Amino acid sequence: MTRSLRPLLATTLIFLFAYLLAVTQHPAMFSTRVLGNFLTDNAFLGIAAVGMTFVILSGGIDLSVGAVIGFTTVLIAVLIMWLSLHPLVAFAIALTVAACFGAVMGAAIHYLKVPSFIVTLAGMFLARGGASVLSPDSIGIQHAFYSGVSKSYILMPGGGRLTVVGIIMLAVFAVAILLAHRTRFGSNVYALGGSETSAALMGVPVARTTIAIYALSSFLAGLAGVVFSLYTSAGYSLNALGVELDAIAAVVIGGTLLTGGYGFVAGTFIGVMLQGLVQTYIVFDGTLSSWWTKIVVGVLLFMFIVLQRLVFRAGPRRT
Amino acid sequence: MTDAAARPVLEARGIVKVFGQHRALDNVDFAANAGEVHALLGENGAGKSTLIKILTGAYHPDAGELLLDGQPIHLRDPLHGQGYGIGTVYQEVNLLPNRSVSENLFLGRQPTRFGLVDRRRIDAQARDLLSRYGLDIDVRAELSEYSVAVQQIVAIARAVELSGKVLVLDEPTASLDRNEVQRLFEVVRGLKAKGLAIIFITHFLDQVFDLADRVTILRNGRKVATQRLDTLNTTDVVRMMLGKDVAFEHHPTALTGSTRGQVRVAFKGLNRKGLAPFDLAVHEGEVVGVAGLLGSGRTEVARLMFGVDGAEGGEILVDGRPVTIRNPAQAVAAGFGFCPEDRKLDGIFGDLSVRENIIIALQAKLGWFRALNREDQVELAGRYAEALDIRAANHDMPVKLLSGGNQQKVILARWLAIDPTFLILDEPTRGIDVGAHAEIVRTINRLREEGLALFVISSELDEVVAYSNRIVVMRDREMVAELAGPDIASDAIVQAIAGTPQEVRP
Repeated sequence: MTRSLRPLLATTLIFLFAYLLAVTQHPAMFSTRVLGNFLTDNAFLGIAAVGMTFVILSGGIDLSVGAVIGFTTVLIAVLIMWLSLHPLVAFAIALTVAACFGAVMGAAIHYLKVPSFIVTLAGMFLARGGASVLSPDSIGIQHAFYSGVSKSYILMPGGGRLTVVGIIMLAVFAVAILLAHRTRFGSNVYALGGSETSAALMGVPVARTTIAIYALSSFLAGLAGVVFSLYTSAGYSLNALGVELDAIAAVVIGGTLLTGGYGFVAGTFIGVMLQGLVQTYIVFDGTLSSWWTKIVVGVLLFMFIVLQRLVFRAGPRRT
Repeated sequence: MTDAAARPVLEARGIVKVFGQHRALDNVDFAANAGEVHALLGENGAGKSTLIKILTGAYHPDAGELLLDGQPIHLRDPLHGQGYGIGTVYQEVNLLPNRSVSENLFLGRQPTRFGLVDRRRIDAQARDLLSRYGLDIDVRAELSEYSVAVQQIVAIARAVELSGKVLVLDEPTASLDRNEVQRLFEVVRGLKAKGLAIIFITHFLDQVFDLADRVTILRNGRKVATQRLDTLNTTDVVRMMLGKDVAFEHHPTALTGSTRGQVRVAFKGLNRKGLAPFDLAVHEGEVVGVAGLLGSGRTEVARLMFGVDGAEGGEILVDGRPVTIRNPAQAVAAGFGFCPEDRKLDGIFGDLSVRENIIIALQAKLGWFRALNREDQVELAGRYAEALDIRAANHDMPVKLLSGGNQQKVILARWLAIDPTFLILDEPTRGIDVGAHAEIVRTINRLREEGLALFVISSELDEVVAYSNRIVVMRDREMVAELAGPDIASDAIVQAIAGTPQEVRP
């Protein structure tokens, strides 16, 4: 078994064990209703975390994700409520803006040779600030399309509702898994994370790939913003504060090495689900403060960083 | 195959490359023929790697031209060179350790089906390809799970697949054991039989004689010779690598006045994995020179003495008392100083001033709570700058702006400031313009006369001869000979390095 599979396996086992533990205490958690809510509630985080996975696999980091989500929700609200555009047109504009924003950050990272941490930190301030300039107050969205979307779902056996946003997230994960593991672009992302020098010498188009990675991350952050907008029916500049950190946590808990080169998109899905599970458990329990989520996530993160150190420190050698 | 029938595939004519003031390559010609292994030899700084970088497209020559199959070419970068059929395999394998073997072979040209990479086909083709190199491994496993030898063969397979005319092997055997080297050589011989031109860079002479047909030797940026190896022996090659000519002499006049004092530092049975145990005593007012080729273990000895690498056995005595040296801080406490080989990387703090560079070792020795005040610093820096004739506009300018020779003197001053008992100098004249060599040599001689014990490593034979009371010769990570007094002569050293014992006096 390849070394990089081990953290993924560990995450999966921990998730199953935690779920089992939760179900033994609250049997009601074992139902498609809970599963449906689970997917809906974590959709925006999951989508953003997919973009983050690509960025981290390539050896970078994207701190602008939460701000781009917030900006997108405000932009969509402005376009729909003030300019009376159809939501689908507003989505298309918002996604294009987000993707271009990411492409510019990617270009800055590559051509100016500035660490991604700094560039995306600047991007975070820009997007958050831009959102506040558009509208400092929350804008509610009233539109037939929105109410239509929130009413449509697929009924799962057992009464669970698979909502549109849940479906979007699952689709994003499915496409991203193919993109990461079965395309040349995916190979190039891993190559950059392994060694940028070697990748360049082996003919990987470093500039194009870097720009595409950050464009993809911001595009998915934009899509997460669309989902957030559908989920809350409002646009607010302070939406999704700190979501980039939750996304990074989901990626790392999902078994992706923070220094790049190793990891799986599917792992990120489990990382997101594990965070969602903790939240759901706290809701079911009722006596715990919701801040326990943070503590559990912190403990998990720490465990995984230690685990990865152990797995990657001494690699077995074949002859 | 005769030379007349040989067809040069890749040819370089009159190559000049200048870095700043330094002529790294001066009018060098080079030609690699189809179906030959052409070795490129030279000490560090001879211009080997610069030439290779020009041949592969990583550098652009300032003058001269490259010809491929007789047609002039201009390479933008290594990728462009690869397109012309020039493939390179580096010592540190430039592949992706985190990806599978098959992906490393096919990255950038993966066969796809409906836009998706066809993994099964890649794996099958990879297995097929590697079997031609006698490698039967799980191609789906990560590259990093395999030994460096296997990684090298994978790198060669990729380079040959992509290029297929010229294969440059840049020190591929540096981290391989004997069996692995033989395995690699079989692969290279197979490629040679297929008509590839192979350029082989190494510092292991026996491997050159084992594998190569012709050799080109560089020295100080100039080509010394290109010759068929069957007309040469090891002594000839070493002589061409190290000496402009063999006429230089030991200058006993410089040494007659020096009376050897007490034993200052003694190393008894010091050893470490990959380095044979050695005994050495250095006296007050004595310079022990070290001669040997790159990779013979010279630098390793220096690092061991200074505690950069911990010793696995043996003891160190300073003035007769045993001391423990497990790290450089303990070495400094024992009064040792070390001027490392790579001055820019390990020696100077480029952005700090001359003054700060000079006082830094003394300050480290004093500790955090006894900071030297500014007047003391200025006074110290002034004193040593004057003593060593360091030429800087002022002592507050960044040391990186100084010439190589003056930088070297700044490092010397740094160690003299701690009032050392024993100084280790690794290649003190490397990367310094030839004019300043004499000055460094003079400085070393003066320090000896002042009673310091010195251990000096150099690949410049005439210099070692000029300042050493004794010379230790290293070969294959072992001290193989010690020459003293009248025995110190270039010929004896060359023969000891080349390993022709019948001619070396014990």
